[in-house]
Amino acid sequence: MKFTTLLASAAMALGLASGAMAEDKTKVGFVYVGPVGDGGWTYEHNKGRLAVEEHFGDKVETVFVESVPEGPDAERVMTQMALEGADLIFTTSFGYMDPTINVAKKFPDVKFEHATGYKTAPNVSVYSARFYEGRAVQGHIAGNMTKSNIIGYIGSYPIPEVIRGINSAYIHAKKVNPDVEFKIVWAYTWFDPAKEADAATVLIEQGADVILQHTDSTAPQAAAQEAGNVVTFGQASDMSEYAPFPRVSSIIDDWAPYYIARTQAVMDGTWETANTWDGIREGMVAIGEITDAVPADVKEEALALKAAMAAGEYHPFTGPLKKQDGSDWLAEGETADDGTLAGMNFYVEGLEGEIPQ
Amino acid sequence: MDLGEINPVLLVASLMVAATPLLLAAIGELVVEKAGVLNLGVEGMMIVGAISGFAISVETGSPWLGFIAAAIGGAVLSLLFVLLTQVALANQVASGLALTLFGLGFSALLGQSYVGVKPPSMGDIHIPLISDIPVIGPILFQHDPILYVGIALTAAVWATLKYTRVGLILRAVGENHDAAHALGYKVIKIRIMAILFGGACAGLGGAYISLIRVPQWTEGMTAGVGWIALALVVFASWKPWRALLGAYLFGGITVLQLNLQAAGVAIPVEYLAMSPYIITILVLVILSADKSSAPASLGRTFHASH
Repeated sequence: MKFTTLLASAAMALGLASGAMAEDKTKVGFVYVGPVGDGGWTYEHNKGRLAVEEHFGDKVETVFVESVPEGPDAERVMTQMALEGADLIFTTSFGYMDPTINVAKKFPDVKFEHATGYKTAPNVSVYSARFYEGRAVQGHIAGNMTKSNIIGYIGSYPIPEVIRGINSAYIHAKKVNPDVEFKIVWAYTWFDPAKEADAATVLIEQGADVILQHTDSTAPQAAAQEAGNVVTFGQASDMSEYAPFPRVSSIIDDWAPYYIARTQAVMDGTWETANTWDGIREGMVAIGEITDAVPADVKEEALALKAAMAAGEYHPFTGPLKKQDGSDWLAEGETADDGTLAGMNFYVEGLEGEIPQ
Repeated sequence: MDLGEINPVLLVASLMVAATPLLLAAIGELVVEKAGVLNLGVEGMMIVGAISGFAISVETGSPWLGFIAAAIGGAVLSLLFVLLTQVALANQVASGLALTLFGLGFSALLGQSYVGVKPPSMGDIHIPLISDIPVIGPILFQHDPILYVGIALTAAVWATLKYTRVGLILRAVGENHDAAHALGYKVIKIRIMAILFGGACAGLGGAYISLIRVPQWTEGMTAGVGWIALALVVFASWKPWRALLGAYLFGGITVLQLNLQAAGVAIPVEYLAMSPYIITILVLVILSADKSSAPASLGRTFHASH
């Protein structure tokens, strides 16, 4: 792909040359959808990779390829990694789901871990974080902070993970501000700073004074800063360079403990297919510092909400809730099951517009 | 759905901003191709321009110096292309692709310490009186200076190619380099100048993204604009004003489709998302139904011994 890839391949070649010596090293590969310097999603995955290196030192060797498009090219990159002796490969974007399954079939001895997907195999695990818990906190703050009652939402692709986030944010914004309205724009990309900035600008021009994003770069933060009075939240990473305003809080993904645990499992020979879905309680989802731009009482409520989810006392999808078409979904006090959440393909009542199919 | 929420004045104003990086890169490449050279490294030169401009304007606090540095950065990278294709006579397609790959990686390396840094703002020009005219004022007279540079450059390139001796020589080199050589024109020298000009324009376009449109530095932030610029040159039949039209069309529909989405228009989002590409291609294909064709020597290597 890039310069770093060249370096990585050169490193791989060297690694092969000295293969006899490095026989007992566990090799862990990472496939990234964006550049490691995106300041968001891929940046956090790479932090997890660096944590693995630091934790295991000489016993582990990591390789990564960045900016791999979701599609056939991903299959080529994974195959290459497997051929070069990787023992464990993390594929860190939803669109790598089928490529991961395909490549895993060809390399039964290599373990694969696919992020945010739902297809497993004897040597393919899936893992994801309950980002929607963080979205609940965001929605709560957003509903309180908006003056125009219009909240802009930059979606990436219409997949369950993103739809869950929209629903969760909407439910909690609506709870504190019944007049709130969501404007949703689908960018159809995970990473394209110019397009993300355009989307944010469009939403601001149409009256939004809070922007939530489910794309990976910090461009919407920059657009909001330019506009002056628009609130944003860090996505996937803290994005604290835009604190205390416009960025008033963030959802941080912490993959390091999981990556270390899974690498350890491969070393010990105890690796098994798993379906991991951890949230605030397990520490995979963290809420970045809520800045002083948020009123003290709102901040307190937000932290209480976070504490309730951490303690397992509160589920962001608790009834009574209806679907967008008015049909009943959850009865009073009922909480959503993981199966429904994992495949969520509907908006909750009150959201406008259709989900692209 | 509420179309009233779309403010047409803001829409047109922001489409001009969205189109400018594309326009700058396309005009540069147009001149390069008119001289008979196919440089596929536009994306690489843009991203190097984006980081050089960003770094210099952060360090000096002056966006103007940043843009100058971006033009120099793009031109310096294109010098590599010059060495490969004009001196070493390497294949232009392969060299151009290499330039893009190199530029993307090199810019990531240069940009390591600039992630999350905020650049100084250039500010818009508000020409007194005329910028206060309702509707026309905000659309035409309240932009950043580089946007006007883009339009001026289009006009200058068009006039130069059409009316001046320099333009005639450039086209002669692009159409038939052997004949131009026989007439005593320095084919290689002229092509080198054209390539450097193209590099400088691409660098400006890249810096426009990192300093004005976004504004911040992120790896890979040009995200394919260079490739769209390349396609635009072909679809615009190597004519400057058509390149401008194509760029505005593409930028305009990109912004419009986001506006339509935000306003909740009931057109499937997939169609909206692909519309900038399809409509731009369609319009330019229809326009290019006349007899205009590619410069005859495009992509061919020249050596004086032939």
